[in-house]
Amino acid sequence: MKQSIIQWFRFASPQSFYPLAGRMIPWFWAAAAAFGIAGLWISFFVAPTDAQQGEGYRIIFVHVPASWMSMFIYLVMAFWAGLGLALNTRLSGMMAQSLAPTGALMAALSLWTGALWGKPMWGAWWVWDARLTSELILFFLYLGFMALQAAIDDPRRADKAGAILALVGVVNIPIIYFSVKWWNTLHQGSTINLTKAPSMAQTMLWGMLLMALCFWMYSIAVALTRVRAIILERERHTEWVKHALE
Amino acid sequence: MNAFLATVRRDLLLALRRKSEVLTAVFFFVIVTSLFPLGIGPEPVLLKKIAPGILWVAALLATLLGLPRLFSADHVDGTLEQMALSPSPLGLLVAGKILAHWLLCGLPLVLLAPVLGLQFDLDASTLGILTLALFLGTPLLSLIGAIGAALTLGVRGGGVLLALLVLPLYIPALIFGAGAVEAHIAGLDAGGHLSLLAAMLAVAAFFAPWATTAALRIALE
Repeated sequence: MKQSIIQWFRFASPQSFYPLAGRMIPWFWAAAAAFGIAGLWISFFVAPTDAQQGEGYRIIFVHVPASWMSMFIYLVMAFWAGLGLALNTRLSGMMAQSLAPTGALMAALSLWTGALWGKPMWGAWWVWDARLTSELILFFLYLGFMALQAAIDDPRRADKAGAILALVGVVNIPIIYFSVKWWNTLHQGSTINLTKAPSMAQTMLWGMLLMALCFWMYSIAVALTRVRAIILERERHTEWVKHALE
Repeated sequence: MNAFLATVRRDLLLALRRKSEVLTAVFFFVIVTSLFPLGIGPEPVLLKKIAPGILWVAALLATLLGLPRLFSADHVDGTLEQMALSPSPLGLLVAGKILAHWLLCGLPLVLLAPVLGLQFDLDASTLGILTLALFLGTPLLSLIGAIGAALTLGVRGGGVLLALLVLPLYIPALIFGAGAVEAHIAGLDAGGHLSLLAAMLAVAAFFAPWATTAALRIALE
């Protein structure tokens, strides 16, 4: 038992995680490309034209995965931040820091594609509805997290301060997720539900799931690339970094 | 509990020795709310419609003004470190400081709001709802703001950063606080909004001193 715990924590050290991340990155890029090509092919050529929304609905193949990822990445970020705060591991803070820009990108993408969809469907780029507003708050939370980390020079203190902010902001995630249920808003309810059959064509669902997997793999690949850069920057005084860069 | 009351008393005493700092935030609130009718024009119908939002946003900004002072003076002269070392739990002392901050920065706004609401031609029952909403909402603002103030303690560009961190977290309070007044004006029941505001206050009153304490310990390391 003791042995397995030690094995599990082996990759908590930046030194051993750095090469592991380097080996994993190409695989995640490949997976992202494969899912992306399949997802885009389905979403553009296979999925039927929507009876009510015409061709314009196809933006949901980017919009929905981006929104999912923006919420999910925040949860993962808060998880790493909390782990770093509880166990005082250096790598956890680096993971949280590396996830934040990707999360902010996803939130921005979700708001932007939502606006592009909203203009022809609702007749407005932006409406002050609960889900849109809470997604905007999520975007601000990412920006606040990054600004706080950037403002504190000592990386250990920056990690811990950012962790508290991330954990406070977690309250927002269920509010976004359930906003369409709790408030009677303009934004439509979720079309995919675990408890009942999805209210959309099978091919559309496949396209959306493949795009979600593509975004997922892309996020992991980018976060790992970024965490490698952060490891090098923070550990630059150590011997192994000098060897790693040779 | 004694330590809690002593902290409240100490912070109130310190603030009353330097009245101008407290009064600045209050005057800021008065001036900002008075600017809107001048900027938008004196149409009673329009002003009545936007009054809840204006009063709430002004209260948000006025609370924000007092936040950097919450811990900075004690941090600079070392009092905060003594508090962290003292036998009474730091969370209790922090809760005392937050309560003192609300009494100094939040309560005057609650008391002034009905007077300022008259400027916007709100009737008596609406003024009552507005005051009640602010009474529930301003402690929430102080509690959430304290987390931000502790996180940005001694950080470069702390003031602006504080606004960036805290204002997004204030949005729910703004929505339900102003929403309660708007619902009342529209002839609907404001109870739902007020209940949600009170629920958020209860959650924040439990977690915020705790999170603030954690943030302070990080800043003091």
